[in-house]
Amino acid sequence: MSILKHREALLALAILLLVGVVAARFPAFVRPGNLANVFNDTSPLILLAIGQMIVILTKCIDLSMAATLALCGMVAALLNGAGVPLPLILVLVVVLGGLLGAVNGLLVWKLGIPSIVVTLGTMTIYRGTIFLITDGAWVNAHQMTDDFKALPRAVIAGLPVMSWVALAAIALFTVLLTRTPLGRSFYAVGGNPHAAVYTGISVGRTQFLAFVIAGALAGLTGYLWVARYAVAYVDIASGFELSVVAACVIGGVAIAGGAGSVIGTVMGALFLGVINNALPVVGISPFWQLAISGSAIVLAVAFNSAQNRPAGRIILKSVEPR
Amino acid sequence: MKPVLSLRGISKSFPGVKALQGVQLDLYPGQVTALIGENGAGKSTIVKVLTGIYQPEEGSIEIDGTPIRFASAQDASRAGVTAIHQETVLFDELSVAENIWLGHAPRTRFGLIDRRAMRTGATRLLASIGATLNPDLRLGDLGIASKHLVAIARALSTEARVVILDEPTAALSHKEIHELYDLVETLKRQGKAILFISHKFDEVFRIAERYTVFRDGQFVGEGAMSAVTEGELVQMMVGRSVDQIFPPRSHNIGPPVLTVAGYCHPTEFADIGFTLHRGEILGFYGLVGAGRSEVMQALCGITTPSKGAVRIDGEVRVIRSTHEAIAAGIVYVPEDRGRQGAIRGLPIFQNVTLPSLARTSRNGFLRLAEEFRLARDYTRRLDLRASSLDQELGLLSGGNQQKVVIAKWLATKPRVIILDEPTKGIDIGSKAAVHEFMAELAAEGLAVIMVSSEIPEVLGMSDRVIVMREGRIIDEVAGDRMTPETLVRAAAGIAEAA
Repeated sequence: MSILKHREALLALAILLLVGVVAARFPAFVRPGNLANVFNDTSPLILLAIGQMIVILTKCIDLSMAATLALCGMVAALLNGAGVPLPLILVLVVVLGGLLGAVNGLLVWKLGIPSIVVTLGTMTIYRGTIFLITDGAWVNAHQMTDDFKALPRAVIAGLPVMSWVALAAIALFTVLLTRTPLGRSFYAVGGNPHAAVYTGISVGRTQFLAFVIAGALAGLTGYLWVARYAVAYVDIASGFELSVVAACVIGGVAIAGGAGSVIGTVMGALFLGVINNALPVVGISPFWQLAISGSAIVLAVAFNSAQNRPAGRIILKSVEPR
Repeated sequence: MKPVLSLRGISKSFPGVKALQGVQLDLYPGQVTALIGENGAGKSTIVKVLTGIYQPEEGSIEIDGTPIRFASAQDASRAGVTAIHQETVLFDELSVAENIWLGHAPRTRFGLIDRRAMRTGATRLLASIGATLNPDLRLGDLGIASKHLVAIARALSTEARVVILDEPTAALSHKEIHELYDLVETLKRQGKAILFISHKFDEVFRIAERYTVFRDGQFVGEGAMSAVTEGELVQMMVGRSVDQIFPPRSHNIGPPVLTVAGYCHPTEFADIGFTLHRGEILGFYGLVGAGRSEVMQALCGITTPSKGAVRIDGEVRVIRSTHEAIAAGIVYVPEDRGRQGAIRGLPIFQNVTLPSLARTSRNGFLRLAEEFRLARDYTRRLDLRASSLDQELGLLSGGNQQKVVIAKWLATKPRVIILDEPTKGIDIGSKAAVHEFMAELAAEGLAVIMVSSEIPEVLGMSDRVIVMREGRIIDEVAGDRMTPETLVRAAAGIAEAA
C-alpha cells in the first residue's frame, strides 16, 4: 500500500517535471486553459485505461479495446444517420460495448482460452465488422447531426463534457474498486486465483465482469471519439490499444495482475498525454516523443520489478525451511 | 568397502528452524542405502545439500576420501551426484534424446549440437537400463513410468556415480514399481551408489542393503538392512520427541456436529465415514497421497464427490461450491498457504475479510472501518505480529501469514474448521501459537479437523486420530492405542506387532 502511494507520488513528480521543462521554454503551456485542453485530449485514453486496468488486475489483457471503440463509434454514427435520438444512442453504444466485452469474457471464462489470444482474435473481428456494415465507407461531418457532434464539446462549468465524463469515470471506478465487494474481488482474483477460489469467489465470472466493464467504457468512448472528431471510418483509434496498455504499465498496474489503482492509471495516461501535447509545442521531433514514452514504459516496469524483488526473496526463505 | 560419498557433521538451518544438525551419511558403490525418517526429518534438505542446491553451514562432504565443496548444482553434477526427484524435472515439449542431453549435449567439430551422437547415445543409455524407447518421441506423450526411465537415463548420461531416488514409486502403478525395482538392480550392477528415499517399508526391505535414519534433523542410526526389523526402524523413526510441548486440552466433547457417510470420489477416495463432535479435535494421519486433503477439499466444495452424505447438526447439506460450504459453516485452511491461502499483494485486513465481505458491507458498499475492526479482533486473538493491518501480507513471515489465513476463516464464524498441515514450514514459536489457538477453538466449542503428517502434532493435539491409506480409512485410533507405532504401522500398511 505504502509502496503504491510512494510510486504514485513519484509519477506525479515526473509529470510535474515534464510540464516544468516544457513551461521553461513555452510558458503559455501551463496556462490553466491549455492544461484543461491537455486533460480533455487525454480523456479517451483515461477512459480506456481504466477499463484496461481492471482487466489487467484480473490477470487478463484486452487488446480489442480500440476495435470495440471503433465499432461502437461507427454504430453510433450510423444510428445518428438513421435518426435515432441521442440519449438512446448513448445507451446503445454502452450496451453494445458491454456485449462485445462479454464475448471476450465468455471465451476466457467458459472456454479457458488465454485472454491475449481471445482479444487478438476479436480485435480483428470487430474491425472487420465495421468494414462489413459500411463497405469501408466513411461517415463524415456533414452526415452527422449538430447535437450529435456538439455534446462532447459542450462546456459545463468551464470544462467540456468529454472531460466531465472522464472525471466521472475516475470517481465512479475509484469507488467501485476500493469500496465494493466486486472491486475487492478483482484484486483477489489477480493477486492469487487459487486463494480466491477457496474464499468462494468465481475467478472466471470476475474476469468476465472486468471485460464487460472494459467493453462498456470503450463503447462510450467510441461515441465521444467519433462525435468529437466528426468522422467515423474503419481505422479510427488504430493502434490505440497499445497506448492504453502503456498508460496502465506506466501507472504502476502490475502486468501479472492484482495490483494497481485508478489514480495511478490516470497519471500514467496523463504522462503520455503531456508528452503527446507538449513535445510538439516545444519543437521536439516525433522520434523523441516515441523514445520518451518508450523509455517511460521500460523505466516503469524496471521500477516495479525492483520494488517487488526483496519481498519475493523473503517469502521464498520462509516457505522453504525443510 | 569404502564409501563413494561420505557426509560428516552436516548442519543447515533456516530462520527459526534447524533443518539438519550434524548429520552423517555414507553411500557405498553397488549398494542401495535407504534414508528413512518422518516428514520434516530433514530428508529433502539432505538431498538438496547433496545436489548442491543448499550449502551447509558446517560439516564436510567427501568423494572417494577427498573433501569437496558443492557451490552449485553444476558442481554436484560434475562430481557425479545426480538426483531423480519426486516430480521428475523434465521438459514435455522436448524429445526423449533432448531431455537426456539437455545442458551437456555432445558437440560436433564446429561447436554445434551433434544430433546423431545425441540419438545414438540416448539409445545406448536407454538400452543399458533395459528400455527400448524411441529417442525421437516427444516426452509429453510418454507415461510417468517411461518418464522415469528418461530421467534415469539422463542421470546416467552425466556419468553419475551417486544416484538419489527421492520417493520414486509415489506416483507409479504396481507393475511400474516392479520395473523400477529391476532398474535399481541394473544400476547396482553398474556399481552406482544409490540413495533411496521412501516411506514404504516393504520396498525398503526389498531393495536396500543399508539404512540411515534421521529424526528431527538429527542422525539416529545406520546399519545393514539384514540386521534390523521393521519394529526397530519404526522405533528409531519416531523415538521420543523431547522439545515439543503441547497445550493442555479441555476434552469437553459435545454432541455430533458433522457426520460424513459413504463419501466417495471417482478417483481419490472411497467409502469415507466419520463423525466430528463439538469441542473435538479430530486428527487425520496418513502418508502423502493417502487422500486426506482430497476428502477435505470435497467437504469444502472445491471438488465434487460422486456419492455420500454430509450432515451438519443432523441436517443433510449439499455442498457443490466453496460458497455453499462457507454457508454450511465448513471452512478449510489449505495446506499450501502460498498458493491457496494468502493473497500477498493485498493488505492484511483485506485478506482477513475476503470471505466475510457480505457481513462487513452495507448496501453493496464496503465499510473499511468495519473491516478493520473484524480483522483486528481476529488477528489479535492469534497474536499476529505486524506493524499495521494495512501492511501487505507478503511482507510478513511465513508463520504470521499462516495466522492471517487462519484468522480469515475464523472471521466467517464457522461450525467446523479444517486445518490442513497447519504448522507445515513455520518456525517453532509460531507453531506453538497455532497449537495453543487450536486448543482454544476446541474449548470454545468449534469442531476441528486437523490433517497432519507430523506424528507428535497429531498425537499431541487430537482427541481421536483417523488413519488413511490409499484413499480409505484404515483405522481409527483413540485412548491407549494413540502411539506413534500404531499410526506408522497403519499408515504404511504393516501388521500390528505381536
